[in-house]
This record gives sequence, structure tokens and C-alpha cells, in this order.
Amino acid sequence: MAGSVLEIKNLHVEIEGKEILKGVDLTIKGGEFHAIMGPNGTGKSTLASAIMGHPSYEITDGTITLDGEDVLEMEVDERARAGLFLAMQYPSEISGVTTSDFLRSAINARRGEGNEVSLMKFIKGLDEDLDYLEIDKNMATRYLNEGFSGGEKKRNEILQLMQLKPEIAILDEIDSGLDIDALKVVSKGINKMRNENFGCLIITHYQRLLNYITPDYVHVMMRGRVVKSGGPELAKRLEAEGYDWIKEELGIEDETVEQNA
Amino acid sequence: MSKKVPEIEEYQYGFRDKDVSVFRTERGLTRKVVEEISKMKEEPQWMLDYRLKALEHFYERPMPQWGGDLTGLDFDEIVYYVKPSEKQGRTWDEVPDEIKQTFDKLGIPEAEQKYLAGVSAQYESEVVYHSLKEDLEELGIIFKDTDTALKEHEELFKEYFGKVVPYSDNKFSALNSAVWSGGSFIYVPKGVKATTPLQAYFRINSENMGQFERTLIIVDEGASVHYVEGCTAPVYTTNSLHSAVVEIIVKKDGYCRYTTIQNWANNVYNLVTKRATCDANATMEWIDGNIGSKLTMKYPSIHLRGEGARGNTISIAIAGKGQVQDAGAKMHHLAPNTSSTIVSKSFSKQGGNVTYRGLVHFGRKADGARANIECDTLILDNESKSDTIPYNEIYNDNISLEHEAKVSKVSEEQLFYLMSRGLTEEEATEMIVMGFIEPFTKELPMEYAVEMNRLIKFEMEGSIG
Repeated sequence: MAGSVLEIKNLHVEIEGKEILKGVDLTIKGGEFHAIMGPNGTGKSTLASAIMGHPSYEITDGTITLDGEDVLEMEVDERARAGLFLAMQYPSEISGVTTSDFLRSAINARRGEGNEVSLMKFIKGLDEDLDYLEIDKNMATRYLNEGFSGGEKKRNEILQLMQLKPEIAILDEIDSGLDIDALKVVSKGINKMRNENFGCLIITHYQRLLNYITPDYVHVMMRGRVVKSGGPELAKRLEAEGYDWIKEELGIEDETVEQNA
Repeated sequence: MSKKVPEIEEYQYGFRDKDVSVFRTERGLTRKVVEEISKMKEEPQWMLDYRLKALEHFYERPMPQWGGDLTGLDFDEIVYYVKPSEKQGRTWDEVPDEIKQTFDKLGIPEAEQKYLAGVSAQYESEVVYHSLKEDLEELGIIFKDTDTALKEHEELFKEYFGKVVPYSDNKFSALNSAVWSGGSFIYVPKGVKATTPLQAYFRINSENMGQFERTLIIVDEGASVHYVEGCTAPVYTTNSLHSAVVEIIVKKDGYCRYTTIQNWANNVYNLVTKRATCDANATMEWIDGNIGSKLTMKYPSIHLRGEGARGNTISIAIAGKGQVQDAGAKMHHLAPNTSSTIVSKSFSKQGGNVTYRGLVHFGRKADGARANIECDTLILDNESKSDTIPYNEIYNDNISLEHEAKVSKVSEEQLFYLMSRGLTEEEATEMIVMGFIEPFTKELPMEYAVEMNRLIKFEMEGSIG
């Protein structure tokens, strides 16, 4: 079988003592594109941060494995080097560090000592991806995310995705704040990644992203759980009818995790 | 998120060569010691008189009670003069192997070693190697160690020496004036622009030995020069003192940049007086990096005394375990339309204490003067401290002063972001710190920027965990 397998079982996550995820089950394999949809406040971004190991999130129950390895035992950087990637909703600004210096360090961190990418090869690859994402070449010499517009930050996240070539990527609302042209470019970049060795989890609450990236599986999250899964047709129905029919079907009144169970 | 990184047990440059010195004074500071120094150097009478006057002032002047704690400093335990070898090396070949090895151990890259071919390198108290690039000589630029300059250019020397920083300025300028030895002397004639930086290496070697270099730079009208010095010092068990005086005169339309990186061992008291004067439309820039030392007190100062003169100071200060950096800048606006910028970047870690102490003075004549101050501090852990103490003295209504101070910690979000791309916590922190001081490093000549980055890496090791 090609590609890696990320397996999430019965994941429970708390932040500051409050339970946000209440038993998420999800398996993503190389070659598969999954979309997680759902209204705001249902735990989608928490899932993304918890998989990557954000220190504010506490895993209280359940497991996450990557090709059988216990992800929860790994530091954030070890998860990255094992092949996970998170495109963030709000990427941090790092003053004084150019985008290209950062990228080269990140690539070399994954490749390991003694196996660093040559400067020429790096520059060539970077130029190609910058062109592909229609990003001004200046971005490479600008400080990482500093003074970037919302759209530039999102493109930069996809640039990093293309450069780092992870096994499994989680894209947390990569479409938010993008105009239609930027959305197309970002989608183009993600689609270019599609191959049997690359698995992707796309988190969004708009169906429109899925007009450009066709997911193999669509999941709906409510109340900190995956409550419904299906194929691309599920996304179409959500676009046409909204979420109410699912709530009705499952007898849910308040879909957020805020509700008092 | 915590990962154990072993503490550095010894300072990275903590090697020591066998002492090759030929002559050294007794410990302690007496009139006899000062007379001996002057005699060894075959100085004119006026210099001996000056030294002795300074010594009297040093005795009378009380220890400063502000800034850092100086109680650990015992003037009787210090050797005031060490002469490393009989003769001054004229070519690189003549420089003793042991001294060359020291430079090697500092990891000075080959390209930089070649640079040394046109450099005066100070080892212990006296310049041992000094070779002036021919093109500088042709331009009429004088670049010598200060002792030689006194011998060979006595009139010029006498005209400017002690004029910018008189011995009576403070206790440590008095000390330096009494026992000074070595340092650089530069004279750039009218309209001459030195295109490559003039460089010197400084290093304390003998245990318990003070280093009291004296630097005097005169940039004549319309001339321009960039002087660079870098320092590293080995580990010693007893206290060392570094107390330099730097005097710079930038005449009308002149330009001078003075770049320092000082990386002192943890037991060095680094008490330095640096001051420049700027005539009309002249520019002075201090690029000042302070790493290590037990205590640094240093406030490079610029007296903008001619109309339209400009002053810039860009500094970084790094304080680690048991270290105090009390550093900053002073700008005296004494003439109309003068302008100044201070950028201070500091960070503290492992309980280090870093204070920005700055003064901006606008005199009565400073119509239309402008000053801009930016102080940024990065604190790496909860034990470390930072203070910002700005003084403003304003005697003119028609001025503009901007002050921006920012204290930040390395944020969890930034670390998470960088680590999610595969960098370890240490690498991520290092990257954030390097980025933080980038406004300083980008001002350095390439080879120094490389060295600086290496030093920061050493400094960062063992600071996370």
C-alpha cells in the first residue's frame, strides 16, 4: 500500500479544563483527500491543532498514530519530521527571518544532518513553486509573514506545503479570507500535491473550496464529534441545504461544543 | 515541549595559551606602576604627567554607585600592564606562532585571516601585529596602534588626545588615562574615503590582567571611515577588568562608523567610555554588540555640536546566567537640525539581567532637532530580567522626540509554528532570537555577521530546557 496512514481513534481533547473533542474517529490514508466541514465552534480547528501537538491542548483520551507510531508521544517537531504538516489558520509572524531562510532550515530539518539540500537546488525549487502559486518573488526575502496580507499568508502556507512535501497535511481553513482568484491559486497548489503518497485533511466551513478541490471523503463535525461522513455528494447537499437537515436527522439542537450535554 | 539540552560547562572560548609575555607590572596600582609603564613605552614627559594627573583623579574619585554592582572589583588584584613580546611584528610571518594559534582557535575563517593582512590585531595589552594596507598609506590614512602613533605623530596625537573624553570624566576614564596601553589610532585626512573597513582584534589573555586600550579616531572634513573591532576572551577564575576609552572626532561633512562585537568571559568587568563629537553635517554611527561579561556598563555617546550633524547607535546586549548588561546610548543635541536614532535590542536568559540606560539631551541651540529611540527586549525565561531607563533632557521647545519601548517573550505560538515545520525547540528559539537581533547583524560586515551568528548559537546552547 502506498503512502502513510494517520489514524485517530476516540480522541478527547480539553483546553483549559473544558472538553472540546469528545471522541473523534478518523483515518486518512496516502492518496486520500478528506474534508471536514461544520459550522463554527464545533471543534474542527481544535482537531487540527491537537494532531500537530499544540501545547495548549490536552489529550485526555484516545490515540493518534502515524503508520502505527504513537504521534501523541512525539514533540511537535518530531511530528513534523515524521511527515505531518499543519497549514495554520493564523500563521505567526517571525521578524528578522526571511521566508527563504526559514524554508531552507525547515527542509533541512526534515532531511537531516549531512543530507542538506544544495543551495542551487533549493532556489530552483523555490522559484518554481513561487511561480506556480503566482507569488511575487520578493516574498522569499521578506520576513516570514511579517506585514503579509491575509491572502499572502495563506499562499505562504501552501508554498511551505509544496516545499516540505509532507506525507499527511492538515489544512486549517486555508480558504478563509481569500478572494476567488487567490482561492483558485491556493487550490491549484493543493491539487498539485495530489498523489498516492500524499494524504490531506481539509478543514473548512465553506463548500466553495470544494468546488476547486474534490475531496474523496466529506465529514461533518458537530459537538466535538464526526457526526456524518460521505462522499463529495455530501458537500454538495450541504451547500444546497445547509446543516439543519443533519441536525434534524440526529436530533441535535445546538451543534457547538458549548452546549450542556 | 521541554527537551533537555546539556548546559555548557565551560565557556566556548575557554582555552588559554601559555603566557608568552616578556614583561609585566606588579599587581596593584601605584604611582610606580604608572611611571614604569610610561618608561617602558619611552613616552614624552607630557604623557607621563597626564597619566599621573589621571591617577590622582582616579584615587580621589569615588566608585560609581549606579548601574551595576562593582564591589567584586579589587583594583589591587589587577596587573596593569603586560608586554607580550619584545618587538612589534611587521609581517604576519613574524607574529609568534602561539598568538596565531589563538586566532585559529577563535575560528577565524581563512578569508578573514587574509583580511588580517591589513589589520592591527591587539593581543594582551599591546598591538603585536600591525601592517597597514598600502592603499591606505597612499591615501594618507594613519592606522596604527596608539603607542606607535604617540611616537610617530606626537603633534597630531597631542592635539586630540583626551579632548573628547577627559580623564576627569569618570573614575574609569581616569583609570584608563593613567594606565592606557594599546588601542588603535586612526587619522583620515580631508576628503579621503576609506573604502574597506579598518579592523582590529582585541583579546585579554593573561589571568587577572586588565586591558586598558585607548582608541583615538580623527576623521577630517569630508572624510569617511569604518572601523571594526571584535573581541573574545577566555575563561578565568578571578576577576578581570576591561576598561577602554574611545575618542572620536568627526569633522564637518565627515563620516565615521565604529563597529564592535564584544564577547567577554563571565568574570570580566567591562567598563568602557566611548564618545564621539560631530561637527556640521557630520555623521557618527556606533554599531555596538555586547555579549557576556560579568558586568558591562557602556553607553556610547555622540555630541552633535555642528548644525545638521547626525548620530546613530544600534546596539545589542545579551545577558545570560550571572551576567548584568547595563548598556545604552547617549545623544547630545547641541546644534540646530541635528538628528539621532537609537536602536537597542537586548535579550536576557537563564536569570540574566539587561538594562537599557539611555540619555537624549536637547540643548538650547538644538532648534529643529529630532531624536528617535527604539528599545526592544526579548526575555527568554521567567528568571531573567529587563529594565528600560530612558532619560530625556529638553531645553528647547522646537524639537521632536519619539520613544518606543517593547518587551516581549518568545511566544508559544511562534515556537509552535516553527516547530510544526520540523525545527527543534532549540532551533526555533534560536531562529526567533536571530531574527530579533537582525537589525543589528545586518549592519555588520559579512564575516562579522557570520561570527556573530556563531556566537549567538553558542550563547543559546543550554538555555532551553
